[in-house]
Amino acid sequence: MAFGSIYALIALGYTMVYGVLRLINFAHSEVFMIGTFGAMFVPFVLGINSALTGLALVGVIVLMILAGMLASAGTAIALEQIAYRPLRKRGASRLAALISAIGASIFLQELFALLVIPGVFNRPQQGRIQMALPRLMERTELFSIFGHSVRVDQVLVIVAAVGMMVALDALVNRTKIGRGIRATAQNPEAAVLMGVDINKIVRMTFLIGGGMAGVAGALYLISYENTSYIIGFLFGIKAFTAAVLGGIGNLRGALVGGVVLGLVENYGAIFFGSDWKHVISFTILVLVLMFRPTGILGESLQQARA
Amino acid sequence: MRPKTARLGGVLAAGVALTLGLAACGDGGTDAKPADGGSSAAAPSTVKIGFMGDLTGPNAGIVIPPRNGAKLVFDEYNKTNPAVKVELVEYDSQGDPSKAVALAQQAIKTDKVVGLLGPAFSGESAQVGPVLEEAQIPSISASATNTKLAENGWKFWHRVLPNDSVQGPGIADFIAGPVAAKNVFVIDDKSEYGKPLADAVRGQLATKGAKVTNDSLDPAESDYSSVVNKVAASKPDAIFFGGYYAAAGNLLKQLRDKGVKDAKFFSGDGSLDKGLIDGAGAANAEGALVGCPCYIATPDVTDAKVKGFADAYKAAYSADPAIYAAEGYDAATVFAEALKAGNTTPDKINAFIGTVDLAGVSKQVKFAPNGEVEAKDIYIYQVKNGAIALLGKATEAKLG
Repeated sequence: MAFGSIYALIALGYTMVYGVLRLINFAHSEVFMIGTFGAMFVPFVLGINSALTGLALVGVIVLMILAGMLASAGTAIALEQIAYRPLRKRGASRLAALISAIGASIFLQELFALLVIPGVFNRPQQGRIQMALPRLMERTELFSIFGHSVRVDQVLVIVAAVGMMVALDALVNRTKIGRGIRATAQNPEAAVLMGVDINKIVRMTFLIGGGMAGVAGALYLISYENTSYIIGFLFGIKAFTAAVLGGIGNLRGALVGGVVLGLVENYGAIFFGSDWKHVISFTILVLVLMFRPTGILGESLQQARA
Repeated sequence: MRPKTARLGGVLAAGVALTLGLAACGDGGTDAKPADGGSSAAAPSTVKIGFMGDLTGPNAGIVIPPRNGAKLVFDEYNKTNPAVKVELVEYDSQGDPSKAVALAQQAIKTDKVVGLLGPAFSGESAQVGPVLEEAQIPSISASATNTKLAENGWKFWHRVLPNDSVQGPGIADFIAGPVAAKNVFVIDDKSEYGKPLADAVRGQLATKGAKVTNDSLDPAESDYSSVVNKVAASKPDAIFFGGYYAAAGNLLKQLRDKGVKDAKFFSGDGSLDKGLIDGAGAANAEGALVGCPCYIATPDVTDAKVKGFADAYKAAYSADPAIYAAEGYDAATVFAEALKAGNTTPDKINAFIGTVDLAGVSKQVKFAPNGEVEAKDIYIYQVKNGAIALLGKATEAKLG
């Protein structure tokens, strides 16, 4: 469940960008990776190396989530400005944008491995080594369901993730910006005629998607206490799968897809052995797409339901 | 249209200029080399020896100590002002077999190395071995432990440590013997290193009558909950993980978080790095046991040779010698001795390696015809007070 909600948060970024631009932003996995490092920066600067309690803990977690959001959203905006907007302005094909995304993704990974991690985190020559976060919160068991114990950190991840998703849903459905996003997704030309500033909307989309990936990064870090420059790759692929599973372009679909994927993976691994984990999740994906090509909640932003 | 064409022209022109410039550089380089080489072709004043391994990759912690150990040898050797000096050339494969092959070709064709230390890991060794064999370049690895490497009939390949079919059973005997575990959960990381090591442990445990449960995990992932749940359900006395420290630390942490507290955690040489403690957290890592065919000098060691090495290492790198530092030192010593004896070409060096029998820091260094070292000791280490301490040889060590 906890893993599923992280998938879901990242999947939101894929789904939103796809909904608005019809572009699969493959660099989104690096947006997530940078979010984990943004969050890592807070305890690093504060020099925390033992478990915290009470207000201090809450404060640090909030700061980490904010730092993660800031780093990720910043990256997403920069990506849009540098890697996608120039292409869009020249009317380049979507394939060009896709390739630009893959290039940006590898660029960011290597940038982190070679410069950012050694430089910012004071690890000379060690950019490719997994970086561990000291324990922030004691992992007390809260209660157990069906013999599975549920720990504080897992509850934190799920609660925070669901909170963010509800907020996002409200944003897209109830605000002016949200209406702009939905309008652009439905018909960009008509939206321009109705006075929607497409560039602003696209920027907002990347900002929100990036912010969600940043939250996911911070939550992941708090829960698993380590990260590395390639952490984004598997998560990106899985979140993309979740987005497709739920019906890409559909926000609630991304949520459902993420949770379903997380559960299928874990239960599948228990029944068939961990070796088969990926086989199972991707078999499910293929099966769902065979029978419902539009995904579980098969309608998109285009149908104005967000 | 016009500005666009103009710009395109500019780019083209710049490109042509650059290519020409590079070509000019290239010419200069090749011109200079034969001139240099020609004057000293009879007796080269400097030979190149390569060191290949994961120097900046995810498991660099296992490779940097032997690199440091080797560097120490050549620095000492060059200081004695020998007729033929050594230049140590580093090849950072990041543990990736495909990168390693390209680097090996570069080492052979461009740099013309006379010998290679490494490759450090088993996966890359399997790929690079045939390349070195074809070019007839001798190599000595200080850390590749896969058993099959010695079964290829390679004449130029050597390693200065016992393989996994010695390491695995050595650790398994310790698990079944002094630890007296009856129910053992064995996990591997599916890699060319981790899987055979774990299989060797499984096989030996089975002959000792222990109940063995198996699973494997993907080190590229970070959530091992499916494996961890299985371990918790099987309530083992001991757990063995075949893989590298990054995954081992993570696995150990998730196991302890899940409430698997009493089971002893074992791993092999790939996990013998403080990264294991960083990854798991000091509290979780306390008491974890790691078997290794490597010998790490402990501070209380009295043997003059070992102590001298440890002091020199500490003076040079302001750190205590870590995993495979002594093996790297010994491997490099073999090359240095070969040069001292006047062997400067790859085939002569290789012939010398075949006859070598010297007291190294880690062990007596003497190679069998298949490239394996003849000493077969496995050592057991334990995490104590947040640091890795030596318990002793696997056959003699006692749980403290």
